[in-house]
Amino acid sequence: MNELMQQLKQQIIDQLNLQDIKPDAIGDDTTLFGEGLGLDSIDALELIVLLQQQYGLKLANSEDGPKVFKTVRTIAEYIQAHKG
Amino acid sequence: MNSRICICGLGAVTAIGRNVSENLASLRSGKAGVGTARILETVHRNDWPVAEVSYSNEELAAMSGGQAHWPRTALLSMLAAREALDHAALPAGEKMRTGFISANSVGGMERTEYFYPAFKADQTQGATKDIVNHECGAVTEIVADALQIHDFITTVSTACSSSANSLMLGARMIKQGRLDVVVAGGADALSRFTLNGFSTLQILDKNHCTPFDANRKGLNLGEGAGYVVLVREELAVQWGLKVYGYLSGYANANDAYHQTASSPEGKGNLLAMTTALQMSGLQPGDIQYINAHGTGTANNDLSEGTAVMQLFGDQVPMLSSTKAFTGHTLGACGGVEAVYAMLAIEHGVVYPNLNFTERIPELSFDPVTELKEGQDIRHVLSNSFGFGGNCSALVFSKS
Amino acid sequence: MSAQDLHITSYVRIGQQGIACNGLAWHSFEPGAPLPDALAAAYRALEPAYPKFFKMDLLSKLGWLGVEALKANGWQPGAYEPASVAMVVANSHASNDADLNYWESTRQVPSPALFVYTLPNIVLGEISIRNGWKGEQAFLIQDAFDATQLLEYVEAVMATGETEVCIAGWLDVWKGTADGFLVVIEKTKTGTALPLSAAQLMNLYKEEIWK
Repeated sequence: MNELMQQLKQQIIDQLNLQDIKPDAIGDDTTLFGEGLGLDSIDALELIVLLQQQYGLKLANSEDGPKVFKTVRTIAEYIQAHKG
Repeated sequence: MNSRICICGLGAVTAIGRNVSENLASLRSGKAGVGTARILETVHRNDWPVAEVSYSNEELAAMSGGQAHWPRTALLSMLAAREALDHAALPAGEKMRTGFISANSVGGMERTEYFYPAFKADQTQGATKDIVNHECGAVTEIVADALQIHDFITTVSTACSSSANSLMLGARMIKQGRLDVVVAGGADALSRFTLNGFSTLQILDKNHCTPFDANRKGLNLGEGAGYVVLVREELAVQWGLKVYGYLSGYANANDAYHQTASSPEGKGNLLAMTTALQMSGLQPGDIQYINAHGTGTANNDLSEGTAVMQLFGDQVPMLSSTKAFTGHTLGACGGVEAVYAMLAIEHGVVYPNLNFTERIPELSFDPVTELKEGQDIRHVLSNSFGFGGNCSALVFSKS
Repeated sequence: MSAQDLHITSYVRIGQQGIACNGLAWHSFEPGAPLPDALAAAYRALEPAYPKFFKMDLLSKLGWLGVEALKANGWQPGAYEPASVAMVVANSHASNDADLNYWESTRQVPSPALFVYTLPNIVLGEISIRNGWKGEQAFLIQDAFDATQLLEYVEAVMATGETEVCIAGWLDVWKGTADGFLVVIEKTKTGTALPLSAAQLMNLYKEEIWK
């Protein structure tokens, strides 16, 4: 789980062009949107692309987005739950 | 120079008609042009309905006098611009400084997509004539050449407000005494580039779009072209031209909020509408009909509706979006909807906003859902709001 | 409003060698540095703390940096009402650079973040978001920088009641080369206080800064 979260942090930085941010700066439970990392709606769409490209997972319902992408941990949990 | 900007010619081609008269007939009979793509080759054919013009490039070339290898955007542009010019019936012998101000967002992309796979596999393949008009500006130039307009040619590229901005620039050039006649508007053709792009932004509707409806899911992409012929008033009078109406107000403002979404309160929308009205010297109560941008996305319709409410209070005039008929024609929509605004004035007709069932909870009004005839339409407000926060509003008035 | 009543009060030129403001070299690019790196280095030199910069395409970065450079070299837009700041920009390659990047992504999964930049006017949107400007904007496509045509548009914009200042110029990116030129046009005679004309614009555009 921890390894997955570390990997995710780097992937998020790469996918979203967060050039000045190091993986350590993103807490496992930091809110990604709004207050925490300050991501926006386009970033949300890019995370959907990331899930698809890196993990072969397609979000069944785009309305689940906010729940799944809340923190790095919630994304990791989603991946583990669906990769079987 | 305080003379008015006369509109003396109209031209349009969309999924609902190859010319102005067919478009009007479809609007009156409720016949929408949204369906499965037949000409555009896309693997997403069955995923996303589109409003495709039902003629192949060869057919469009034959109809318009353009050339078959031209990008589809140029062929659509040629067809509608030529119709507008013919309609205006400008006097042959007279000297006039003429401008062609055309907008598009896609340029020759559709042709380039056609060229690229063969070329990528083998660089000796692919015909250069398929890519030589890729650039947005090239599309305008080849049409201007064919129409023999030389005095002033430019391309406006500001996303979905582009062709409204073309009309604005045209009016200004005339007011400043630099041009006498301007063919102004825009065109855009469907392409895989755009279809995939809008799909990845998750703003397409898998079904026929439902503008201003509480359960709207997104837009349907469309293609087409729309142009008007603007003429300086003294000349229109001198030449005895038929004046269909006036472009009495226009404005552009930026929402300064997000690259592709509108601010929730529709600040840029409101600024553009308010300023355009001020310019026309009209009060909100003088507008009988609003042709909304109304794309059917969750974001636009709420922002636009909110801005409309702020401007009109509890006296919101008749309002409808015609994008359930034509799809969202991107760079062409300002021009197409300018034509529709003029037809509303000329024929006293208000078009229905198709597919509406439930009001958006935050809004205080419903769009018009049934065709209305015999209306006294003296002033129309037409909105076009583009990505990049570029918001434009035009006011058209009866002559 | 004719050009006679308007003045160029600041200008910025971005080319192969770096960024020059008001006729003076201001930030040099590392020789041979690829454009993305050169622009990133310029951003860091400014220390503006605006991480969204890195999401922008090259055209948006170019325009955004141009305006930041103007502000860093004495131009103070703060006094202007947001709706009174207009922008009129042209180029010849539209958004082709971003279009190519987006197109490449469609081979795998189309990228929404790349698609956002496939319109040339997004650079104006980015500048507006950064500065809170809500004035009128236009983006024109020209074969090459046509100062006469641009000036006609600017004069029309400045003649409306609303607009007090207009940023105008040329922002073009293609095949790793950037060509940026922005002028600030105001009604008051301040800053570089150059009289506005098409000839003046062409002079400044062609000015040789790095000898």
